[in-house]
Amino acid sequence: MVPILEMRGITKTFPGVRALDEVSFQVMPGEIHALVGENGAGKSTLMKVLSGVYPHGTYEGEILYEGAPVQFSGIHDSEARGIIIIHQELALVPLLSIAENIFLGNEQASHGVVNWHETMSRAQALLKKVGLAEAPGTLVDKIGVGKQQLVEIAKALSKNVKLLILDEPTAALQENDSRKLLDLMLELKAQGVTCILISHKLNEVRYVADTVTVIRDGRTVSSRPARSGLSENDIVRDMVGRDMSQRYPDRDRQAGEVLMEVTGWNVWHPDHADRHVIRDISFDVKAGEVVGIAGLMGSGRTELAMSIFGRSWGRQISGEVKLRGKPADVSRVDRAIDAGMAYVTEDRKALGLILEETVKFNTSLADLEAVASRGVLDDMRDIEVAERYRKALGTRTPSVFQKVGNLSGGNQQKVVLAKWLFTGPEVLLLDEPTRGIDVGAKYEIYTIINELAAEGKGVIMISSEMPELLGMCDRIYVMSEGSFVAELPAAEASQERIMSLIVSE
Amino acid sequence: MTMPVQIESETPATGIGAYLSSHMRDYGLLFALIAIMVFFQIVTNGTLMRPVNITNLFLQNSYIIIMALGMLIVIVAGHIDLSVGSVSGFIGAVAAVMMVQLHLPVLVTVVATLALGGAIGAAQGYWVAYWRIPSFIVTLAGMLVFRGASLLVLNGQSVGPFPRSFQILSNGFVPDVMPAAVTKPLAAAVGAFNFNMLAMGIGAVVALATIWMGLRGRARARQYGMEKEPPAFFWVRNLVVLGAFLFLTFKLATFRGLPNVLVTMGILIVVYAFVTENTVLGRRIYALGGNLKAAKLSGIKTSWLTFLAFVNMGVLSALAGLIYAARLNTATPKAGYGLELDVIAAVFIGGASMAGGSGKIVGAVVGAFIMGVMNNGMSIMGIGIDYQQMIKGLVLLAAVIFDVYNKQKQG
Repeated sequence: MVPILEMRGITKTFPGVRALDEVSFQVMPGEIHALVGENGAGKSTLMKVLSGVYPHGTYEGEILYEGAPVQFSGIHDSEARGIIIIHQELALVPLLSIAENIFLGNEQASHGVVNWHETMSRAQALLKKVGLAEAPGTLVDKIGVGKQQLVEIAKALSKNVKLLILDEPTAALQENDSRKLLDLMLELKAQGVTCILISHKLNEVRYVADTVTVIRDGRTVSSRPARSGLSENDIVRDMVGRDMSQRYPDRDRQAGEVLMEVTGWNVWHPDHADRHVIRDISFDVKAGEVVGIAGLMGSGRTELAMSIFGRSWGRQISGEVKLRGKPADVSRVDRAIDAGMAYVTEDRKALGLILEETVKFNTSLADLEAVASRGVLDDMRDIEVAERYRKALGTRTPSVFQKVGNLSGGNQQKVVLAKWLFTGPEVLLLDEPTRGIDVGAKYEIYTIINELAAEGKGVIMISSEMPELLGMCDRIYVMSEGSFVAELPAAEASQERIMSLIVSE
Repeated sequence: MTMPVQIESETPATGIGAYLSSHMRDYGLLFALIAIMVFFQIVTNGTLMRPVNITNLFLQNSYIIIMALGMLIVIVAGHIDLSVGSVSGFIGAVAAVMMVQLHLPVLVTVVATLALGGAIGAAQGYWVAYWRIPSFIVTLAGMLVFRGASLLVLNGQSVGPFPRSFQILSNGFVPDVMPAAVTKPLAAAVGAFNFNMLAMGIGAVVALATIWMGLRGRARARQYGMEKEPPAFFWVRNLVVLGAFLFLTFKLATFRGLPNVLVTMGILIVVYAFVTENTVLGRRIYALGGNLKAAKLSGIKTSWLTFLAFVNMGVLSALAGLIYAARLNTATPKAGYGLELDVIAAVFIGGASMAGGSGKIVGAVVGAFIMGVMNNGMSIMGIGIDYQQMIKGLVLLAAVIFDVYNKQKQG
């Protein structure tokens, strides 16, 4: 059989960096081909070469598509041939309807006048195909991320897609939406659409992929059929270049006295006064303990953490927070910080960092007084602090004067952690601390978390990845629809047990 | 277990070319100002840099620069203030009525009107900071309201003249410390009718202090291994600054010395540059402009700081209004019309970003001077207001395009 796509000896260099080095990549028609690798391995660059974002002539090597060489000079060329990429950051216009988004740039119109009947009926048909039960006239910002992802796929289908490339499609999705999306991929495959799936989530890769190609440091490491006993560990070994049987570092598990205790916590939605988002939650964390909060996206995990941390979310907040047995004032962010709390957000770009500023600027931001005397900043102390945390956390950056926007996800996360560690917290609320970062950086973050626990701090870890909670935590609270439905010692917990607790509610 | 070390960092740029291209903005602005000054010096046959004109340049642009200081902070905080022209006109009007019609003392008037400016800023800042109403709308409303209020207060007529002690706010000069017996021979020696020793002395001290602070900063930077600027650049830049200071103060000294308003302005520039770059307060304003939500979650009182930025803007608008009125020696209902646009243009020419979070005081000041020298130069050349407006507009656009181009190039 002739491959639908064959990329031969692709080399792409940027000033000073060889992003792709003689990469070869073959996709057979009608298969789902997973492309995996750590962040910065070159997956996205390869896909940009394929789609013409980097036009012909800016790279070396050859691309054969449907058996013939192709030279794309822009994304328009590749789309015309049925190659469509759906990026991680969705490219939908929030205030337009689903139908308008599907046909954006490809309007169902004659002589510039939109044929709304055609638009709506075709959109309806496409939505049916992707299994989305929403009216085509619904505004995109009224539906969740999972459904938006489906709209993107419907949009791709409207362009007669032959080769669909999905870049981290489930990164922002919760478990059941992810599953739906993966099932849709299998369905599309049955209809003859070829898919390339870029993903970090190896269980998903194993669920849908026929072939797995691993890229590391700009080179193809392996390309193997997935259906013949390829294990996750095999893939991980190829990704990081060594065995990673141990994905979670060990730690002495010793819990001390109760550090923080939250009782009777209730929160209502800030915009919808009748929505009771957090219902009567009580929990505690002890010194030296890592406590997990498991739950689906939308169960109120982030809302719980943010409402505790200086009432940063919600209204009509009631309940009591005690630190070391004494009632603590956490009614404003600065007071919560003073009381010894830190909240590491799940959305580091939007809520955690000033991307246009330097590592130095971001590191001291939450405790500027500590690098100033009488309100005047001491630049040298500021630099020392940034350097200290850069070394302690192993942040890879040319210098502390680098803009954090230029760092990789894992290193950005370390800067966010550095910012909060510098405030000297006793209790850390970590919200999805390893989201969107690669396997190697995850391990380093885990190590940091363990060190914090070993220092006697209390760590509360919110995560969508259950293996991570099971591997890291001493105790796990299970959250569903705004309430805690169970508390399990990690030793008694399993993915199945947690999931069944969540769904049984 | 050890993790493989991935080097993700790009190799740091080395060499003078790389340094220049990464600091194009900073040098570009300074050299653009110098180039514009040289250009007008030539085409006006030397009129631009005559002592009287240099003095005029400072007097004409002082109120723009003073408002640009406040505007820079507002823009860094991610907002805009369209009302500053009207507010300054209104304050001038109120001051005129207080002094001329109500015969209140100058000092009382100045203090009360500055406080009134602060209150106006607070009234606008309140809606922006605590109600999250877009500043564009709030201050657009403010612009209309205070235009009308000026007319109302002045009853549609000009009010003046002012007491002498008020006029010197704008038209006065710092008297020389040296007796005429010393300065006259010096003046004769340089071929001028006057030579103000104090002005020259202060110019020299400020110039040397600038270089000394630059050297100290360099030494400290070297100590921490973060020296970035090649020595050649440091010295060229500093010698240009030194030369410019000495040249300008020499020009001022051979006219009537240091204008009062230049002293006020100079002190304000230094204070605001220090506050924005070296204090916790300044750092927090950049943070909230860079990412409001992240700043808030870092414990920064974002609403309060936004409010303060507008209060500060109000006070500076009031000060500018007083200086403007003092300069004209009359308050007119049309005073301050359109000034906000010059002020905003100066800040953007100076490199601030519309999105907030970036921009420097020095940039805004140089931006204001670029506008000021162009206004002045073109007027001397006799270019009509029609072409002047068009040229200024294009310069603003060019400056911002240059900025965006540089940013894209750096990725």
